[in-house]
Parts: sequence; C-alpha cells; structure tokens
Amino acid sequence: MIAEGVRTSVIEPQTGWRLFDWRELREYRDLFYFMVWRDVRVLYKQTALGFAWAVIRPVFSMALFYVVFGRLARVPSDGLPYPVFSYAALIPWTYFSASLSGSTDSLISNSQMLTKVYFPRLIIPMTPVLAKLVDCGIAFLIMGGLMVAYGILPNRNLVFLPLLILLMMTTAIGTGLWLSAMAIQYRDVKHATEFLLQLLMYAAPVVWPVSLIPSSYRLIYGLYPMAGVIEGFRSALLGRHPMPWDLIAVGSASALTIALSGALYFRRMERVFADVA
Amino acid sequence: MSNLAIKVEHLSKRYRIGMKEQRPDTLAGAVSAMLKSPLSNIRKLRNLSRFRDHEEADVLWALRDVSFDVRHGDVVGIIGRNGAGKSTLLKILAKITDPTSGRIEITGRVASLLEVGTGFHPELTGRENVYLNGAVLGMRRGEIDRKFAEIVEFSGVEKFIDTPVKHYSSGMRVRLAFSVAAHLEPEILLIDEVLAVGDAAFQKKCLGKMGDVARDGRTVLFVSHNMGALVSLCPKSILLVDGEKKAEGPSDAVVSDYLEIGAEGQGEALWDPSSAPGNDNVRLRAVRVVAGDKTSADVDIEQDINVEIEFWNLKQDAQLAVSVHLKDQMGVSVLSSLNAHSANLIRDQWFGKAHPVGLFRSVCRIPSNLLNDGRYTIRVLVLSDMANREVCVDEAVSFFVHDTGAMRREYRGKWVGVVRPKLAWDTELLIDGAPAAVRELPELVPEPENIVLNTETRLPL
Repeated sequence: MIAEGVRTSVIEPQTGWRLFDWRELREYRDLFYFMVWRDVRVLYKQTALGFAWAVIRPVFSMALFYVVFGRLARVPSDGLPYPVFSYAALIPWTYFSASLSGSTDSLISNSQMLTKVYFPRLIIPMTPVLAKLVDCGIAFLIMGGLMVAYGILPNRNLVFLPLLILLMMTTAIGTGLWLSAMAIQYRDVKHATEFLLQLLMYAAPVVWPVSLIPSSYRLIYGLYPMAGVIEGFRSALLGRHPMPWDLIAVGSASALTIALSGALYFRRMERVFADVA
Repeated sequence: MSNLAIKVEHLSKRYRIGMKEQRPDTLAGAVSAMLKSPLSNIRKLRNLSRFRDHEEADVLWALRDVSFDVRHGDVVGIIGRNGAGKSTLLKILAKITDPTSGRIEITGRVASLLEVGTGFHPELTGRENVYLNGAVLGMRRGEIDRKFAEIVEFSGVEKFIDTPVKHYSSGMRVRLAFSVAAHLEPEILLIDEVLAVGDAAFQKKCLGKMGDVARDGRTVLFVSHNMGALVSLCPKSILLVDGEKKAEGPSDAVVSDYLEIGAEGQGEALWDPSSAPGNDNVRLRAVRVVAGDKTSADVDIEQDINVEIEFWNLKQDAQLAVSVHLKDQMGVSVLSSLNAHSANLIRDQWFGKAHPVGLFRSVCRIPSNLLNDGRYTIRVLVLSDMANREVCVDEAVSFFVHDTGAMRREYRGKWVGVVRPKLAWDTELLIDGAPAAVRELPELVPEPENIVLNTETRLPL
C-alpha cells in the first residue's frame, strides 16, 4: 500500500538556472554532517603529529614571512610586531587556501559517488569549507599564545569576529563552487589552482598592510573579499586600528555575488557531472 | 491516486563517445598538432556536455524512446547485453544523470543500489563506514542507530567493526557494505548487479534478503546478468536491446527472447574468404556449434556438443594443430583442448601429418552433462608446428547450455560450479545401529556449506 503523504517526483531534462533547493538540503543534512565528519576524521589519520599539523602550517609560514618580509625586506606592519601582524592574517588565509583547494578537488576525488548515487551535489564542495574550520579553530590557540607573549589585547572589535568568519566562509564557498564545477569537466583547473592560490595570497594583505594601497584604489581593492576579512581579523584580534567597514562592506557585496553566481553556475553544470566525471 | 510507482515516457539519453584521433604523419604535422592541441582539447572537453541538433558521428544513444510502467509492489527485472542501456536507465531513474528527452514520474521514496559501499573510506572503522554509507544511501541518523545491530549481525563482521576498513579482506568489505544496503527501507528500490559479489553462501543470503524486500510489497527494479536470480526474483521483465525496449512481460518469456537474440548467428560463424581471420598460411572458414544434428546456439545439457572448425590450409605440407578454449559468462576459463594425440580421447586422422592445400574440418566433441547451464564463448586457434599461431579468434561463437531439468528431479536449487558433471556415487551402510559414545556427542554439527568445485584449468595456449 502507498503510505499517506507520498509525493510524486518528476524527472525531466533540466533547463534554465536554479539556485539552492533548501528542502532537499535539509533532508540530506545528516549526509552533510557525516561528510564533514569524515573529512575531519580522515585528514590526519596515520600521521604522527596529527592535529599539530593544523598549527605547524600557519606557524611555519609566519616564521618564514617574519624572516623574509619582516626582517630582510622590512615590509611595514602598521606598528605591530611582524609575527603577530602576519599570523593574524595567516589564520583566515590558511583556512581560505585549504578550503579552496579542497573544494576545487572535491568533485573529482568524489567522482565515484557522483556516478553511483544521488544526493544534492552542493554538499560535496561545501564539505571542505566546513571541515577546515576545525584547523582554523586550532590555529586560533596559537594566536592566543602570541598575543600573551607580545602583550597585545583585543578590544571590543572582537565581537565582530563571527561576522568576519562568515564572510570568509562565503568567499570560500563561492569560489569553491565555481572552481569545482569547472574542474570536473576541465581538469586543467585543478592544476591551475596552485598558481591561482599563490597569486591570491600575494594579492591579499597577508605579508603587507592595506595601508600601502593608495586611498583612491582602496574601495576597488576591497572587491577582493579576503582584503576586508584579513584587515578585519587584525582589527578584531590585535585591537590597534579600527574595523575596516568600507572594505568589509564592498567585500561582502562581492562575496555574495561570487557565491550566488557560483551556485547558479554549479547547479547548471551539475546535471552533466555524472557524465563527465 | 494512481497505483503506478514509475511511469517512464519516451525516455532517451545520448552520450558522446571518444572518437579516434587523427594522427599526423610528419614531424611538422606533429609539432603543429601539439601546438594546436589545447584548442582542440578545449573543444572536445566542452563538447562532452554539449550537443548540436543534427546527428554527429561520435554520439551514442544509450536509450532511445523507452516507455514502460511499473506498478506499486511490482518486482521487475531489466535484461540486456552489455551496453544495452540498462545501467543508464537506472542512473536516470536514480537522478544521477539527466535524460536527454522524455519524462519519468516516480511516486514514493527511491533508493538506488548501483554499487555497494559508495563513500566507504578505508581509514575509517567499520562502524564509522556504516553510518557514512547509510547516509549516502539516504538513511537518517536515527534510522541507522536503530538498525545498526542488525546490520552488523547480518554482515558477520562483528569482531572487526571497530577496525579500519582498510584492514578488511575484500569479501568482508563487500559483506558489510551490502548489509547496509540490505537494510534500506525505501518504497522503490533500484538494484544494479550488486549480487555479483561475495562468495556463494553470502550471495544466497543476499538473494534471500532481496526476496524479503519483494515480498514486503515494495517496488523493485533489478538489473542482473544472473538469469537464475532474475527469474526467481522478478515475475516480470523488460528486455533492452541497443537502448530500445524489445520485450516486456513474464520473465521466463522475456529471458527466452533474450536468449534468442543473444544467440546471434544461431551458433555459427561463417566468414567470407576476403575477411576471414587468418593469414597467408591458414584461413578460417567457419566455426559452429552442433548439438543433436543441428547447428544451434542453444544446447540441452543432456546433449553432446560438437564444435566444428573449418579452415583452409594454403601452405603445402603444413603441420597443423587445432585447439578450442571455452570461457563462461564471467570470463572464467572452463577448459581448453587440443587435437594432439596425447590429449585426444580418439585419434585425429590428420594430426601430425603434412596437410595438403585444401579445406579441413576438425570436430571437437564436448560430452553431455559436463558443462553447467549458462553462456559459453569459444576461442579457436590453429597452430602450425605446435608453436605458431596462424589463427586465433576470441569469442568465435557463443552458445547457451540450458538446464532442462533432467538432473533436477530430486534437488532443485542452484547448482554451484563451473562444470556440472554426473559423477559416480555410492553409499554403504558400515555399522548397523550407533553405540552410546556416538549418540552422546555434544552438538557439533556444522552448518552445511555450499561445495564449490575449483575447476579452473589452464593450458599454456
């Protein structure tokens, strides 16, 4: 017998553009949860150092940047000790670069699942974006240590940190959707991401302060959402300069544009994923 | 409410298949092709998902205008050869890939089992993988919690449930994966070939579980090459040939349609001299399967099978030998045989003699009641001087051995094994009555296991 409330679904060739199907994503929230959990569980399996790697990566970059840019090149750091200055930027940057490369690769490395079972495809590129938050959280612990060591205290701007994290995640999701949907059909994207990330890192104010950008270009520069995120992190954690609301506003608008257009592109491409995977 | 579970209307699906590359024949051509290749590659990659309206050479229609209905509670088999579109059909029904045209209405919750263990991660433990795989198949967390004990028990890997799956044997992995799948409770279940896994005992258990699903009144679509399983599970079947629906109805009738189409060339392969396999020394003319005085691709298990090989010898005084090599439907080598005297039950009048130029016919007789029921393919070889392959044709002909029930008056179950010979049996009564010591033994009677005869033999051919 047919149970009450059984719905009829129709399968037809898909045309046009679609955005998120919230009801379906809700139905599959357990899968989403398990996928994120799998990513976290598996990441440091069979490593001796385990989650210490989450700390080693940004700390190593910080040490390198301190020597190369802080001491040798004498890049200005807005009057802050260079290690703290760069580490505050490396927290969001390490997260962004890890989730972006994870997302880009995600459809390819899960192609076996794409061709064998149905579930909302959006879950796949969004999984690394959530899973990498664990590493990011661990990296914060070191920040606390550095702040104590240099005697720096955050001010009330700290309350805006969740907003900045949200902006950082939106940026990662948006670019991840674009790149993963392109990479499944054009594997070149996978190889190009490495260069793209290098380019994006030096374009972001990780090793240098935004104050180097001429003020007439500041808003245009703000279109790169990570600029607002990184300067925002410095303001929230180090409490020396004001929250860069102009950068954050412009960055948010552009991050939302990237995320929405990414979702549209992804949803348009997803019907051929199983065929090209 | 209509009582249709699945309504498929004019369903079509096309794919782009790889085209043979044009190879440049000069160095300059090769260099310029290399320089131009990124452009042509981009075009090729983009075309993977784009089609123009007119027919193109490298476009393959995996399904063409297929329509059928499945009612609630029906268990329907889908039959077809490799590439007939069975898997594509299931993938469209499972929403994995989009149809090119047509429409499907599905009423009820669908679960698809196109493979077992989707999403399994080797580094995770059995327990963790049960949860992950369950979620991949569309189960909710609470549902998995509820069924967890049952799943683990069914799989028989309780002892290793907290061991990473990478340490499992492949059999254990499959059993665990299948157990998760077997505990799905959808209204509509799509199954593709997953029964072709595990050992015979586990397969039997899986078939039993499938039968339970069917008896529960759920709708099942089942794709399998295992005709025995298909007929016993599915009252109805659909036959797909080259992407088109060729037959639909009671399974036994559809299966016999399939066998008829499967028997292409009716048990005989005949070649034109111009296109015959071979070389300047030997040319094959025909290979045929003859049983009961007629050439046929369908052989009764009780009949002798004569494999006839006709070939032209074109080289005066050649020393030729003929060989056949049988494979079953799973590609397992069943036997190989040669007309050499030491390997021959009778005496071949031409073996070891200088063959004059002319047409020869060698006949190899495979005795009745040797092969199990199923499909077999024959590979034919003609050798010169016992060393040189003059002719070698894989799958020259194929034939089916049909079980007509002659050996099944007492036992009706599946006959395990590559071969099914009648062997000599006798039982004697050794002691009349049992002494107390025997009767009072603790219960140590082992469960009867299927006896699998390991009969794979290979000749160095």
